Amino acid sequence: MRIALKAIFARDLALAYRQRSELMQPMMFFILVISLFPLGIGPNPATLQKVGPGVIWVAAILSSLLGMERLFKDDYNDGSLEQIMLSATPLPFVALVKVFTHWLTSIVPLLLLSPLLALFLNLTEPMYWALLSTLLLGTPLLSLVGAIAVGLTLGLNRGGVLLALLLLPVFIPLLIFATAAVEAASLQLPYTAQLAIIGAMFLISLALAPFAIAYALRVSQN
Amino acid sequence: MWKWLHPYAKTQNAYQLCERLLPWFVISAFISFTVGMIWGLAFAPSDYQQGDSFRIIYIHVPSAILSMGAYSAMAISAFIGLVWQVRTAFMAMIALAPIGAVVTFIALFTGAAWGKPMWGTWWVWDARLTSELILLFLYLGVISLYASFEDKQQAGKAAGVMALVGVINLPIIHFSVEWWNTLHQGASITKFDKPSVAPEMLWPLLISILGLALVMGAIFIRRLQNEILRRELHRPWVQSLVTQTKRK
Repeated sequence: MRIALKAIFARDLALAYRQRSELMQPMMFFILVISLFPLGIGPNPATLQKVGPGVIWVAAILSSLLGMERLFKDDYNDGSLEQIMLSATPLPFVALVKVFTHWLTSIVPLLLLSPLLALFLNLTEPMYWALLSTLLLGTPLLSLVGAIAVGLTLGLNRGGVLLALLLLPVFIPLLIFATAAVEAASLQLPYTAQLAIIGAMFLISLALAPFAIAYALRVSQN
Repeated sequence: MWKWLHPYAKTQNAYQLCERLLPWFVISAFISFTVGMIWGLAFAPSDYQQGDSFRIIYIHVPSAILSMGAYSAMAISAFIGLVWQVRTAFMAMIALAPIGAVVTFIALFTGAAWGKPMWGTWWVWDARLTSELILLFLYLGVISLYASFEDKQQAGKAAGVMALVGVINLPIIHFSVEWWNTLHQGASITKFDKPSVAPEMLWPLLISILGLALVMGAIFIRRLQNEILRRELHRPWVQSLVTQTKRK
């Protein structure tokens, strides 16, 4: 089982590496959306600092949604997903590995970009560290929960908009807690409570989501 | 213990149960809803601070409570459907979803209309209002996911998973008052030991809640019957039902 999981991990990494331009798109989108905000609401540093964390988080959610469909779509189209499902490896583990690889290849670049964006939006250093820790804890949650909806909408032709419609409401609590943490950090207050709640949500999704993803894939594959 | 429930997993039995229950629901819903509305809107004493405009509470509070109640019911039937593979449970789920969405909308609308004279604004981004709005989005998501599948068997399962994912939102709605506690007042009727609502106002409110619940129940029963008929069109019992009603 471990060999199979490793093979899937290596394969997904290789696939991601060979489709670099596709991986770049969410990152470009991320930067572009964020650079629109100073143009839209004015370049006043104080205003930017106030809206910055929320803007970065909203942009992160939107751009993770953009790349989300890639998670299972190609495998579904060329039939390899069916082969994986027929194999002896438990599907929840496979789903977990695939989600992890996807997070590694398409979300971690966004995290690496975040210092630059924090500069763009004039965030202070404590705010930046709070932002980074909420992103680190929160984005795996995005990928895990998002993968359920991706699994459900696999068989549909026009899944994209529907995916956003399904997922955005579910992500709202995460957004609230994450921006609350950064706001607390901007006032020099401790924000471990918000981080703990995000962490709890992440752990719950880590425990439950793989099974939901597996079920969703089975429903789509019929 | 639950064995008596099993026959109703068959759509025909569920349909006939609905047929038997519907008149009771319609009559009791009519009585309690009328009594609650007339008592609340015309006879209950007016509030010493808010005057008569507080009377919208008799629509707002029942619809807000039942919007969450309908979602729980929907999630429970989705759970039953997913765990025990009961097709009828998925039909019940999707029959409930639009009712819940409409009630959520009523709660938001009456809340906005109430907020204008009391808080001086139609909308604030208060935790409760926001989570009620999220609830509406969740309903719409379930409905649109169900609608976008051709195969309704598959659609039921997919929408069921989504409904269960959304259930995470319900406790957040419930506890949001304590967590963020901003403009919206805290719960005043669930404190059962000593409610902070005067009994002359509380009774019509409770009756309105019951009335709206029964109205929703009656609509739900009819919608479930329709859903069963639509999905089971090819079954002989549906066809004989149709020909019977034609002959009448």
